[in-house]
Amino acid sequence: MSERTSEPSKTTLRPYVLGYIWSIYLTITVYLLVTSDRFDSYIVVPIVIALAAVQFVVQLVYFLHLGQETRPRWRLYAVLFMIIVVSILVFGSLWIMSNLNYRMTPQQINTYMQSQDGL
Amino acid sequence: MSQHVATVKEPRLNLAPEASSKVTFGFWIYIMTDCVLFASLFATYAVLHNNTFGGPAGAQLFNMPNVLAETLILLTSSFTTGLGMLAAQQRHLRKVIAWFGVTFVLGASFLTIELSEFSKLVASGNSWQRSGFLSSFFTLVGTHGLHITVGLLWMAILIAKIAATGLTKANVRRLTLLSLFWHFLDIVWIFIFTMVYMLGAI
Repeated sequence: MSERTSEPSKTTLRPYVLGYIWSIYLTITVYLLVTSDRFDSYIVVPIVIALAAVQFVVQLVYFLHLGQETRPRWRLYAVLFMIIVVSILVFGSLWIMSNLNYRMTPQQINTYMQSQDGL
Repeated sequence: MSQHVATVKEPRLNLAPEASSKVTFGFWIYIMTDCVLFASLFATYAVLHNNTFGGPAGAQLFNMPNVLAETLILLTSSFTTGLGMLAAQQRHLRKVIAWFGVTFVLGASFLTIELSEFSKLVASGNSWQRSGFLSSFFTLVGTHGLHITVGLLWMAILIAKIAATGLTKANVRRLTLLSLFWHFLDIVWIFIFTMVYMLGAI
């Protein structure tokens, strides 16, 4: 790698290599956990979700250089706000739909849909 | 080592560094809103993924080695984008074109595997019309594939532009935005890989 730079370079090779190795390691771990039927799904599901969260953070830090910007850290705040909105959207949808599922039988849903047909 | 330092003058869009960082931040905000789009598709998939309407579930449909190959290809392309950005910071024209060329080839192979999987599903009668599960599956994964297609188109145009006009400040800024977009698509794919393919196969 040439060290001659026309402007002070902010990033180096190191974070990309680290991010790449970590991501491959996590991906293959998840893949082997899922494809080898050695473990119960009670154990595998939380581990797989946790490893996805770890890889999300790994890529944000090493590939998108989050947390290395100068203050004020608007990018970080934008990411945190996005995570809040996304959590409300996803968990809210699941909550509402599972509640609806619990309260309505298939017959009720059919009757409701037929009564709304004219609209 | 011969350095291919850009000598082309910058006629337009010659923004000051802070204005350029504002452009990058604006693009970052766009990416965050795209995350919300993907979140709504993930929520739809999470709600509908058991509604197979008597048809096949994910575990019977997904080809796991292909999914792993797609994931590793996209991951590698995210890495080569980073190498391309390092070369851009060093104003090394040939390396930039080479690394983004490699990224383009990797992205195109990802898309090829994905589209061949899609066509196999449709040919075996498991298209988006089969069930609620498959509708939401094709919408979620297809939207990601559409983003990849747009990214590839953008990359091809930008590589041609850089080959023609050199590594001007404006072109380096465009590369920065493209690399943000590409890393973001890789992050979205982690969640598709985990939520759709891995948890779907358990």
